[in-house]
Amino acid sequence: MTFIAKPKVVHPSLPRNALGLVRRDYEGALSTLCAGCGHDSVTAAIVEACWRQSLEPQNVVKLSGIGCSSKTTAYFVSGGHGFNSVHGRMPSIATGANAANRQLSYIGVSGDGDTLSIGLGQFCHAIRRNIDMLYIIENNGVYGLTKGQFSASADVGTKAKKGETNFQPPIDPVLLAMTLGASFVARSFSGDKEQLVPLIEAGLRHRGFALIDVLSPCVTFNDHEGSTKSYAYTREHYEPAVQADFVPPEREITAEYGAGEALAVTMHDGSRIVLRKLDAAYDPTDRSAAQARVQERLRSGEFLTGLLYVDSDGKVEGGRREFHQVNGTPEEPLNSLPYEALSPGSKDLAKLLAGYR
Amino acid sequence: MDATDTSHPDYYHRVVDCQWACPAHTDVPEYIRLIAQGRFTEAYLVNRHSNVFPGILGRVCDRPCEPACRRGRVEAKPVAICRLKRVAADHRDGITGKLPPIPKVKNGKRIACIGAGCASLTVANDLMPLGYQVTIFEQYGEPGGLMRTNIPSFRLPQAVLEEEIRMIVDMGVDLRLGAPIDSMRELLATGGFDAVFVGSGAPKGKNLDLPGRAAADANVHIGIAWLESVAFGHIERIGERVLIIGVGNTAMDCCRTSLRLGAKQVKVMARKPRGFFKASEWELEDAEEESVDIVVNRSPKAFVIEGGRLVGMTFECMEYELDGRGRITAERMTGEEFIPADDVILAIGQENAFPWIEGDLGIELDKWHVPVVDPVTYRSTRPGVFFGGDAAFGPKNIIWAVEHGHQAAISIHKHCQGEPIAERLPPGVNLQSRKMGMHEWSYSNDYASVERRLVPHVSLKERFKKLNIEVELGFTAEQAAQEVQRCLNCDVQTVFSAKLCIECDACLDICPVDCLTITANGPESELRGRLKVPARNLTQPLYVSGALPQTARVMVKDEDLCVHCGLCAERCPTAAWDMQKSHVHWPHAEDEAQALEARKPKIA
Repeated sequence: MTFIAKPKVVHPSLPRNALGLVRRDYEGALSTLCAGCGHDSVTAAIVEACWRQSLEPQNVVKLSGIGCSSKTTAYFVSGGHGFNSVHGRMPSIATGANAANRQLSYIGVSGDGDTLSIGLGQFCHAIRRNIDMLYIIENNGVYGLTKGQFSASADVGTKAKKGETNFQPPIDPVLLAMTLGASFVARSFSGDKEQLVPLIEAGLRHRGFALIDVLSPCVTFNDHEGSTKSYAYTREHYEPAVQADFVPPEREITAEYGAGEALAVTMHDGSRIVLRKLDAAYDPTDRSAAQARVQERLRSGEFLTGLLYVDSDGKVEGGRREFHQVNGTPEEPLNSLPYEALSPGSKDLAKLLAGYR
Repeated sequence: MDATDTSHPDYYHRVVDCQWACPAHTDVPEYIRLIAQGRFTEAYLVNRHSNVFPGILGRVCDRPCEPACRRGRVEAKPVAICRLKRVAADHRDGITGKLPPIPKVKNGKRIACIGAGCASLTVANDLMPLGYQVTIFEQYGEPGGLMRTNIPSFRLPQAVLEEEIRMIVDMGVDLRLGAPIDSMRELLATGGFDAVFVGSGAPKGKNLDLPGRAAADANVHIGIAWLESVAFGHIERIGERVLIIGVGNTAMDCCRTSLRLGAKQVKVMARKPRGFFKASEWELEDAEEESVDIVVNRSPKAFVIEGGRLVGMTFECMEYELDGRGRITAERMTGEEFIPADDVILAIGQENAFPWIEGDLGIELDKWHVPVVDPVTYRSTRPGVFFGGDAAFGPKNIIWAVEHGHQAAISIHKHCQGEPIAERLPPGVNLQSRKMGMHEWSYSNDYASVERRLVPHVSLKERFKKLNIEVELGFTAEQAAQEVQRCLNCDVQTVFSAKLCIECDACLDICPVDCLTITANGPESELRGRLKVPARNLTQPLYVSGALPQTARVMVKDEDLCVHCGLCAERCPTAAWDMQKSHVHWPHAEDEAQALEARKPKIA
């Protein structure tokens, strides 16, 4: 952490987005995480993506649970709404907020503990309900806030800072999400913004639940030799499979991609993700094949990264509906509906109840 | 790009823009920090070490440091470096005992300096502490050269000038006033000097030979000669309507002086548009504040005489076409204009004049009668004869003359000691960490967003009452306290050690001005465009590290807009970044003397 305030001064030629804002307008409070924490890089990537997407800060909702990771939401888009929930319960808050107002951009930031231990049930149901949100896991394999015990994502054989070895198998959020039918599943690394930023942009635009599992090293408790989540180990073992480039609706996809190697996926609002296969054997639109490939690479100790599976707008696999489609929620936020519409009165209630008799 | 060689003394020196731009390499950030701590005497001495005349320069320096100041690129206006120098000079205590001691036993070498201006005085300042006997010959009755004769006392009070000259003369200089040198041959033959330094300035103002010039002579004045006459009290009045021809800094002094000698309407006539003026922006501002009218695009054509007396001048009205880069591509005359005047002052430049240097002494003058002088050693074509200040390369300014003096003093010392004068000590840079503890740095690294403070002036009503009322009042204590915080401490360098970097991106993410990038290496022109914010200022070198341990990418820093806040070092988990104060060591004669002493064989 640091005690020096980040000066307000900016580079005079910093570019402006469609709203006339510079990247730094999307920053939040000063981080109190350890110097060198991967989470701070994730924060910077979120800032960059929100700026590139020209999100209006007041339309951003930041949600988190408990843990080092969950402090992240304080560090970006200070003009947005925020909710720091009970440990592992962030998906419930996201569900409620989302049900009440579908016009905002929901960004949930959680950690491996918050998501895969105490909040595992909540996480699974958020995927199952296909909540329209971007869910980022800052995954470092340890409980940093309680001084570095193994978390549920610690790999077998990884060593703690004091030397103990972990023997319990990890829960892989990517495989779990694919199994549960998530429609946007990605993995990335805090140290690779070229990959991470476009993924966040695409995730923000995706309608339905978008998961990005970000390997985000804990510089204090899990960056030593023998750790499988250190900066050095991650760099050696992460394998970009699919690079996702985000292309906004107004821009044409130019011919900078060679034929056959790129695949454009159109999002609900007309923007597209151009998927560039870096691993020829990989198909990010075939769920079971993708799952098999991720698993296969994991067995040999490699983390496949990139946009690993995408099912845009339910057009593949027979129409996976997102939360609002299933529940028939209104387009407008509940707080803007007239009172009569929200509360039709006792006559209508009696009618409704009569229907159950 | 190859990895940057930061061990080269120029690398970190260049990052300190002000110090790099200063001809005398004044350690600006260091003295500003001392002022911030209220240590005015020490701030004055840091200045004096490099520029010898802090009180004078704090008022009238040409300030090449300010246009260079990084603050001017980060926001609109540079730090008021020059006026802070004056704060140190105005508030210091006495410095008796803080100047180098003068040996009682001399080294037997005698040096003659011609002209008691800033260049000669600097030579004396550097050589007296080494045991040399320095004699200065001055044609006028008072020392100071152009600082006294050409800078009006409403800009530079006499007391300030005299005090700083006295510091040097009191070292035991043999100052001979009213002693012009009429013959170099005689001085060399009979003076008994081991070396001669010519610091006699460029004392000849240029004339403008137009129709009517001779008939108008009584009311046409050469700028620098006229200022000189005013300084010595020979001229006390001027006509009501005055035209100044030329728009350099001398013109600004002439027009403002005229206003104090009874002129009511002063026009400065410029041949070209404003972008081509030679005067410094601030001197123009000060003149315009006093209602001087600056008329552009008027080319002088003739002096108009009626009844045997000057009544005005005619000018050709000019029109210029400029290209995209502001250069003149075409000019044409659109008409003629008569402007009435009682007096005309010519301020169109000055030249060297050496009628007293005989042609057969081996001191070569070129076709413009300017001496052939080596730009490093300041030696003429005759061994033992050196030139400096305006006498060497034509009119520059005080701060350049001081640096010439320092360099000539080194040459004179080496010449007298029988050493090759071209083999000089190289400059050096020392680095020292500013880290004090976990989150403590021994410098003020908060970015103060305060805007440049304006120096208060004497009211327009008061200032014209007497010729010598100093117009600028200097910063108030509150203003100085705010202005010092604007300095970015560019000398507290960001020092990177590639082998410690784990490429966590913490420094890139925290940098407020986006000057850091980790990326694949490439050729400079391409790399500059690939940075987080493209590096467009080609005058600022990029820092490129060696290959980083994990990915073999490189750390690139665009030094251009770094505000030296230290957040990169603060956020670095492995201390790969550190904030280290650079101290640029720019050798003077005393260093050469010490080095010579160290080279002498030791007798056990």
